[in-house]
Order: sequence, then C-alpha cells, then structure tokens
Amino acid sequence: MNVNANTLNEDEFFYGHKACAGCGGSLAVRIALKVLGKRAVAVLPAGCMSAVGFNFPQLCFANNAIISTFAGTASMLTGIEAGLRAKGITDFVAVGFAGDGGTADIGIQALSGAIDRDDNILYICYDNEAYMNTGVQKSSLTPFGAKTTTTPAGGNVRGNLRPKKNMFEIVAAHGIKYAATASIGYLPDYMKKVQHASEIKGTKYIHVIAPCPTGWGIAPDESVEIAKEAVDCGLWILAEYENGIFSVNTKPKNLSALRTHIKKQGRFKHLTDEDIDHIESLRDSKWENGGQ
Amino acid sequence: MSREFLSGNEAFAYGIRLAAPQVISAYPITPQTIVVERLSEMVEDKSLKSEFIHVESEHSALSCAIGASATGVRTFTATSSQGLLYMAECLVYASGGRYPIVMMNANRSTALPWNIYGDQRDSLSLLDCGWIQAYAKDAQESLDLAILSYYIAEHPKVSTPFMVNLDGFHLTHTYEMVEVPESELVKNFLSDYNTDNKIDFENPKNIAFSAGPEHNFAFKYKEHIGILNAKEIISEAEQKFAPLFGREYSGLVEAYRCDDAEYILITLGSIFGLCSDVADELRNEGVKTGVLRLRYMRPFPNKEIADIARNAKAVAVLEKDISFGNEGSVYTNVNSALQKAGLSVPSLNFIGGLGGRDISEEDIREIFNKLSQGKTAVHFIGIEEGAII
Repeated sequence: MNVNANTLNEDEFFYGHKACAGCGGSLAVRIALKVLGKRAVAVLPAGCMSAVGFNFPQLCFANNAIISTFAGTASMLTGIEAGLRAKGITDFVAVGFAGDGGTADIGIQALSGAIDRDDNILYICYDNEAYMNTGVQKSSLTPFGAKTTTTPAGGNVRGNLRPKKNMFEIVAAHGIKYAATASIGYLPDYMKKVQHASEIKGTKYIHVIAPCPTGWGIAPDESVEIAKEAVDCGLWILAEYENGIFSVNTKPKNLSALRTHIKKQGRFKHLTDEDIDHIESLRDSKWENGGQ
Repeated sequence: MSREFLSGNEAFAYGIRLAAPQVISAYPITPQTIVVERLSEMVEDKSLKSEFIHVESEHSALSCAIGASATGVRTFTATSSQGLLYMAECLVYASGGRYPIVMMNANRSTALPWNIYGDQRDSLSLLDCGWIQAYAKDAQESLDLAILSYYIAEHPKVSTPFMVNLDGFHLTHTYEMVEVPESELVKNFLSDYNTDNKIDFENPKNIAFSAGPEHNFAFKYKEHIGILNAKEIISEAEQKFAPLFGREYSGLVEAYRCDDAEYILITLGSIFGLCSDVADELRNEGVKTGVLRLRYMRPFPNKEIADIARNAKAVAVLEKDISFGNEGSVYTNVNSALQKAGLSVPSLNFIGGLGGRDISEEDIREIFNKLSQGKTAVHFIGIEEGAII
C-alpha cells in the first residue's frame, strides 16, 4: 500500500521533544518514523535531533532509538543491522537521521564505507545547511552567501563563499542501490521515497532539505513554505538515483521566484544583487547538467 | 584439546573462534593484522559463524561493534597504536554504554616519530577510558584471555568492555606451542551473552542517551563500580576455568618468588619471562629477588601490590611507557597503591623498550643493581641520567 496523508500511521514515534518551533528536521524524523513504523531502529548522532529528544529521563522515541558518535551514524547502523541479522531478525529497518554536518563533514567516511559494503541500512540526511545545534556554524552543505556565526557577513566577506557540496551525486557515485533528494515542503514525495527505500535491500540514502527557522532567519510557520519554494524556484532539485539511472522528479514551477525566496531569509539579507545573480547562475548550471 | 605451534596473534584468533562472537568489525594495522586475517579465513572456511564487517577505519570498527553489542550479540574487534587512539572517542562510548565488547590491542609505539614496534604507550595512555585492561605474557595466556575476557566483560555485575593487550611483535609474532581447547569445553565454560541492555522490539528503548549534571554522576559512579566488580568476577572465572582447562591463573597479578623477596621488580606483559630468569640468576648469587607481573591495569591491583611489596626493601617498576613531563603511568599507579597501604617502600621507575628497543638480560640485572642502591628516580634504560640529546 502506498503511503499518503490518508494512510499514514496515526501513531507517533517522536514526540515530547524540545525542538524549536517550526523545526524542519524534527518534521523529517517524525514523518519518516510514521512511514517506517515500530520496527524501525533509529540511530541519531550528536546533533539537533539527539539533543532535543534524548535527555535522560525524558526520552521521546516510541521505537528503539540510540545516539551514535558524531562521526558514527553509518557505522553504528551497520553494527545494528549485522547484530540483528546475526540473531535471525530480518523484519526491521535500521535508519539513521543525521544532519548536514554529521553527514557531509564528519560522518562522510563512515557513510562512504557503509555504501561501499552495501550494508542494508537507510540513511536520511536532514539538511538544515549549517551546524544548528551548536549555534549556526558553517558546514560543507551551507550554501553560497549564507551568513553563519563562522561565516559572518561583514564589510570584507559576505557570508559563506563556497557552494554547497553535492552529497546526492557523491553518494550516487558509489553506485548506491537507491538515493533520493526530498523536501519537507513536499511531504507526500518524501514519504513515498522513504517507503520505497525501506523496501530495497542494500544501502539507501535520502537527502531531505529541512529549514531551520532559528538559523535561516525565518518565522517558525514559514519553514514548510520555504522548503517548498526552494524546490519551486529550482534551487533544490527533487531527484532519484536507482539502478544506475538518475531521474528528476519535478520541474521548477517558478524560476523567477528565486530572488524573493532568498530575500525572505535573514541569513541572506546582506547579499547584493550580484550575489543573487551568482546563486542564480549556480542553479542554472545545475539544471543545464540535467538537474544533477 | 590439540597442541599447535602458534604466534600470539594466531593464538588469540583461535581463542576468539572458540568464544564465537556473532559480529566482528575490524580494520587492519600492524602488528595486529594476523588476527583479522585468521578470523577472516575462519569465517570463510565456516569454522567461525560470524558477521565479519570490513570497516573503513578504527573509529568505525568500534562504532560498529557498539551498534552490534546494542542488539545483544557478542562482538569483537582488534587494533593497535594509532588505530587505538583513532577509536578513543568510541572507547569511552562503549564503556559509558556498558557494552562488553572484547578488543585485542597489539601494543605498539605511537607516532611521532612513526614506529611500528612494540611499546605500551598506546593502551597505557588510555587507562581512564573505563575499559578493563589485561596484559598477556605469552601465547597461551593470550588464547585463554580471549575466552576468559568474555566471561568477565559480559557478567551482569561487570558489563564493561575488555581490552586484551599483547606486546607488539614480541608476543604477537612469536611462535610457541599452545594448547587449544575443544569447543565443547568452551561452550560449558562460556554461556551465551544475555543482557537487558539492548534493542528490544517488544519493549522499545531509547539507549545511549544524554544525561545532564543531575543524573550523569550516578551513571559514572555505576560505571566505576562495574569495573571494580570485575575483580571478583576475574577470580570467579579463573576458578571455574582451571579444572575445565587445566590451567591456573592468579587474578590481577602473578607473583614470581616474591614471598621472601627483598627486591621486587614490578612489570607487565611479555618481558615477565626474562625478568623471572634474571631473578633466578640473582637468587643463585644470593640476592633475594622477585618479579611481580601486573596482569591487569584496570581494575588496578592496589591491594595485591601492597600485600606483596609490604616486606620488600625496594621495588622497581619496569614499563614500556612514559607520561611525558612526569614518569611512567604504571609507576604512578604502583606508588599510589603503596601510599594508600601506608607503606614507605622505596620505589624506582625504569622506562624501557620505547619504540621496540630490546630490553636485555643485562638491563634487567642493572635494574636490580640500581634498586639495591635505593635511589628514588625515573631511569631511562640505555640513556645516561640527565643526558641532553
């Protein structure tokens, strides 16, 4: 049965936590666990989701959940999968929820190792584009121009100078069984991808864009809309990689909305028109590459 | 039982096959590699039924073992030197989570300068990580510790990870005749790992959590008690082991001719045999010497050291370690044991074997010679006192 808003599990597996209002990451975790159900074993590294949800004695996962080391999301998933399999248990999903820093920076080695071994795990990167838990520092998934506490926007430098690392392509280059991008602005698409991934044996990777109102400088009730806009204006491409083939899921609805989308976010407030032109050109070159 | 000509590494691998961990995750590093190679072969030829995970780093080796242990299965990993240091974060993670993982560490020097040979600075620099630390003297003890370690680590009163240290090359690569027990015997000795500290689909758990100032202290205290409890369980395990396997072990320490000894050399690892030979020679020459081997550094044999050193004129601590800016870590620990027992036995520290340099019979004679002169100081074997290099 395909999962959708009507068929989605009414049980909650991630509640009572202390995430900020409007947190995109917590929505990504909550919805994925509803799709995966009580046989999911969740691994969360140091980061927002473990910080808000895992403080003894207030523990807020209704399924089995464990914190890993910051660098060890994938390696701990591997161990859990191997341990349960060694016990003859097969009807479970070992799922990781790591942020952008935990995935693209400190955790990339372990993730690469797990994909190389084709371990039967599902790795979900909730990408809020900076180290939000420690107070908004730049990660390698922070986009060009974004102001963070370690890439301040001043008279000399206008925020982060480097473009976002392309984790989707990096993961696909391993020849992974399944990889997808998603957005919390398009939950039905995200749910479908989580469900599809859970039915594949081998390593699966889903990269979901998950705005952080605190770090992005947006209102709590705007995070879903901002995540939607990012897709609509072509900045974030919904795509899949399976059996060696890339496919783009949606065409951007309104390319010209990029400028207002950027301007809405406090982290980009300092950007000049030329800076936004540069963001636009980065976007356009991606689309010229077939969306990759 | 069979008798086989095995290196320390191979003997350990044979012991692990008998203990039959369900998940092994390991990354190769000299001089540990033979262990993972043998275990890989055993998995291939199906003489060991285990999931062997070829991880991409030592950090992942232990992280993976922690994940597996959290499902309630028996786990094993092995490393050495830089690898041990690279997984240091996971060491405290495993002990804090009370996961009874067994790890073999091939004691090796740490960079810089790069050096692949044996000294004990790698494991001794990590004494505070909450792991049980044992030091084997020979290949037979290595094999036996591979089995005993699981009994002790997995005991519910202990629930603490266990590091078995083998001197790099001196022990890992030296061949000896080793008695390899029958697997049926090991099955009688070692029951399956059984714990509540695991993932449970009937009663889902949030494990490896955060604990703030209010609760953290209690968890750390419990961890301390767990490793202290290992003293009792080590003794229990060895008493059960002896009649089944026909080999006796003596708990946290092994004393050689210490009963009436005036001069006692305290050391650890494979140098014990040579030290004992020198003690014999000196006894023949009329000097009352003895050797005390620390089989365990954690839990630390405070009482055993004090009891044995009580009537000595002086004790020497010989170790392949230096805590830069102070003295050898073993020496610090031994002095603490003496002080707590109210003893004022003079003690000297001898740092030797760094970077794999041989410690000769003559060096050990010189230790006893210096000891009878009773100066309290830290000596570097082979380096002139106060030398500026």
